[in-house]
Amino acid sequence: MLKLENITYKVEDKTILDNISLEIDERFVAITGPNGSGKSTLAKIIAGIIPATYGKIYLDGEDITALSITERANKGISFAFQQPVRFKGITVMDLISLASGKKLSVTEACAYLSEVGLCARDYINREVDASLSGGELKRIEIAMINARGTKLSVFDEPEAGIDLWSFNNLIKVFEKMYDKNKGSILIISHQERILNIADKILVLKAGKIDKIGTKDEIMPSLLGVETGCRFVKEG
Amino acid sequence: MDTIQKNLLEQIAGLHEVPQGAYSLRINGALHGKNSSENIEIVKKEDKPGIDIYIKAGTKNESVHIPVLLSSTGLKELVYNDFYVGEDCDVTIIAGCGIHNGGNDDSEHSGVHSFFVSKNAKLKYVEKHYGSGEGKGKRIMNPTTVIELAENAYMEMDTAQIKGVDDTIRNTKATLSDGAVLKVGEKLMTHGEQYAETRFEVDLNGENSGVHVVSRSVAKENSKQLFVSKINGNNACLGHTECDAIIMDNASVSAVPEIMANHTDAALIHEAAIGKIAGEQLIKLMTLGLTEKEAEQQIINGFLV
Repeated sequence: MLKLENITYKVEDKTILDNISLEIDERFVAITGPNGSGKSTLAKIIAGIIPATYGKIYLDGEDITALSITERANKGISFAFQQPVRFKGITVMDLISLASGKKLSVTEACAYLSEVGLCARDYINREVDASLSGGELKRIEIAMINARGTKLSVFDEPEAGIDLWSFNNLIKVFEKMYDKNKGSILIISHQERILNIADKILVLKAGKIDKIGTKDEIMPSLLGVETGCRFVKEG
Repeated sequence: MDTIQKNLLEQIAGLHEVPQGAYSLRINGALHGKNSSENIEIVKKEDKPGIDIYIKAGTKNESVHIPVLLSSTGLKELVYNDFYVGEDCDVTIIAGCGIHNGGNDDSEHSGVHSFFVSKNAKLKYVEKHYGSGEGKGKRIMNPTTVIELAENAYMEMDTAQIKGVDDTIRNTKATLSDGAVLKVGEKLMTHGEQYAETRFEVDLNGENSGVHVVSRSVAKENSKQLFVSKINGNNACLGHTECDAIIMDNASVSAVPEIMANHTDAALIHEAAIGKIAGEQLIKLMTLGLTEKEAEQQIINGFLV
């Protein structure tokens, strides 16, 4: 599915990502690691938002390194922003329709919103602007990814900036997505409950792959080592 | 009407033919046709170009169309339309001007619309301006709107100029009595070498009167825009003016909001923001599969809807 070969990203003299090579064929892969370890940068490189300094990216064997964001999107990569973008005048319906690539009926759009726990009738005609809360925006962001239904969906810290109540709902959304999604999900997260549903966990540290393995291989060491992180410890 | 005129009519009023009910249609500097209805009387002015529109007190859910079309190059006109909206009315007035200039001389329409809205009346006024034609002559429109709202009158004014008007100076002046409320929404887009100037001046004279002005504009290429909004709070009142502009290419936008409170219970707010399309908005839409151009178009369309 997705293959990264020697992905390196440098800003001036600083190496943000150092020679990352990895293959993702599993249905649900989580990337975790301390702040500043390069997780979001890696996700953005996959989506084409940031160009890698060196290295190659392959999607189903095709070299997509030189492709633009749009071209990668059309090849089947979706990307959910850590901080969803707001738009004046563009409605939830507009975005879900754009994501699905066709004009949706209200019923179809509502189905995507219900999936992420939003009462569709209240949201469908709302503008995706400052009047929506962070938690609402996150769910709309996820609904867009569902509407795209691509072979690879990348989520950059879907739990960031979400209150505890919304968080519990969010976990349910991902658990459900795991059951329904036919493609691969790559998710950057610090949350034990999200890591727990991953088929494979990748730990990044200072721009390098520190550990990679199944949940059972990685979780004990993560919980033991990262004692400073209350969230990882307690979920 | 010929095809060009029909196209202009469709652009500004969404009409394919002469409207039903009360209307006045002006083509190339002359009254082409008018029709009064039981409650809405349209009278041609004798002393100057234009019409007087009288809407009977208590008229509900009726509308008047007053489109103006110019398709001859080099035509210049100044038209006065006065609207008298009776007490307790609830009506819609749809105005608009379309200029097609295929020649090399400037075509210009200046309209002075005066609204006298009586007590407790509710009026929605929609105005759309559009220009087309490949000629070198400019398409110029200078609308002036004068509004007088009596006690507890309510008026909503939606004005849009999305394409093809080369030069425009839009003046709106309003005076509000006790309890009167005015809502103004302006949508503007300029491109090429166009110039657009908008001036709002509102006197909130009445107790508990209120005004809400929202202008959204997009300036592309080498176009220039000036937005001036002045609210005078002369009584216990609420005033809000907001100018939000997207700037692109080599365009220039100037926003000059002014609020003046002459009463301790006047609450006035102004907001003005000018900026280019946020890069993250473009990136977000590109991750949904849109090209950069399509993303830009989508953002502008949403902004100006």
